[in-house]
Amino acid sequence: MHIPDGFLDTKTWVATAVISAGAVSYAAKKSKELLDERQLPALGVMSAFIFAGQMVNFPVAGAASGHLLGAALATILLGPWSACLVISTVLAVQALFFQDGGITVLGAGIFNMAVVAVAVSHFTYHFLLKLKANRYAATFVAAWLSIMAAAVLVSLELAVSGTIPLGVVLPVMAGWHALIGVGEGIITAAAVAFAVSTGTFGQEKKAEVAGHEA
Amino acid sequence: MKRNWFWWLLAALLIAALLSPLASSHPDGLERVAEDKEFLEKGYSVLRSPIPDYLFPGVEHEGLATALAGIIGTVLTFGVMVGIGRLVLPRSRSQKS
Repeated sequence: MHIPDGFLDTKTWVATAVISAGAVSYAAKKSKELLDERQLPALGVMSAFIFAGQMVNFPVAGAASGHLLGAALATILLGPWSACLVISTVLAVQALFFQDGGITVLGAGIFNMAVVAVAVSHFTYHFLLKLKANRYAATFVAAWLSIMAAAVLVSLELAVSGTIPLGVVLPVMAGWHALIGVGEGIITAAAVAFAVSTGTFGQEKKAEVAGHEA
Repeated sequence: MKRNWFWWLLAALLIAALLSPLASSHPDGLERVAEDKEFLEKGYSVLRSPIPDYLFPGVEHEGLATALAGIIGTVLTFGVMVGIGRLVLPRSRSQKS
């Protein structure tokens, strides 16, 4: 869902860039309060893993492809503040070094994927855990919804930019990403299972305990 | 504890090196929509990146060019995130208190 330069008009990419700058600064501030340098490997490894995962496009319905976004994965394993920093970093590296996603629309990409997709993942996952949902079911639903939220936002941004009417773009964006979101859900659940089996992310275990106690 | 990070980093490098060359070349969801709804031509690139489209320049074998780009990107992303984290995060709390 990396938007190229030119898809969004100036008011839209400037507005989303301003919101994202505020959101990322706030995430950095919260991370500063909650974490210290011992969490550096967790952030680095998660970013690297999501970068690699995003390169592996899986075919969708014979005519399109999708790949891991990783917002739900980072959120569930590291919490929303770190996830925001991780996804923002991945998007910035992709735009700067790999020409994947435009540089003018980087703020929009961060808003869609590192802010809103992360927030949706966080609230969905913890809401479902409170309802005593199975953790992998909660992971799948959070991941699927995070993709849908980002797809709806991209559609809105395209429409506000005058690129294409909302009524035309929203149904097809939602349709394709409903399928891509299934891939996101499966990969995210598998990666969370890998994290649990390797016992890598300490915070992840605490989240589980907190979830069960709540 | 430390060894577990190694497994995630190894998994990331293996995915980047071995799986990414096998990735589907179909357009992604947004590209598919842009093509079908005829606004793909509005897109362009402001920036010229050193490794555009995840293909290491000058390497003719596409799988190898992708794998190289993947390994470089994975290591680079790790480095950039740790660098930013070092700037943002305070030193170990236990030492401070």
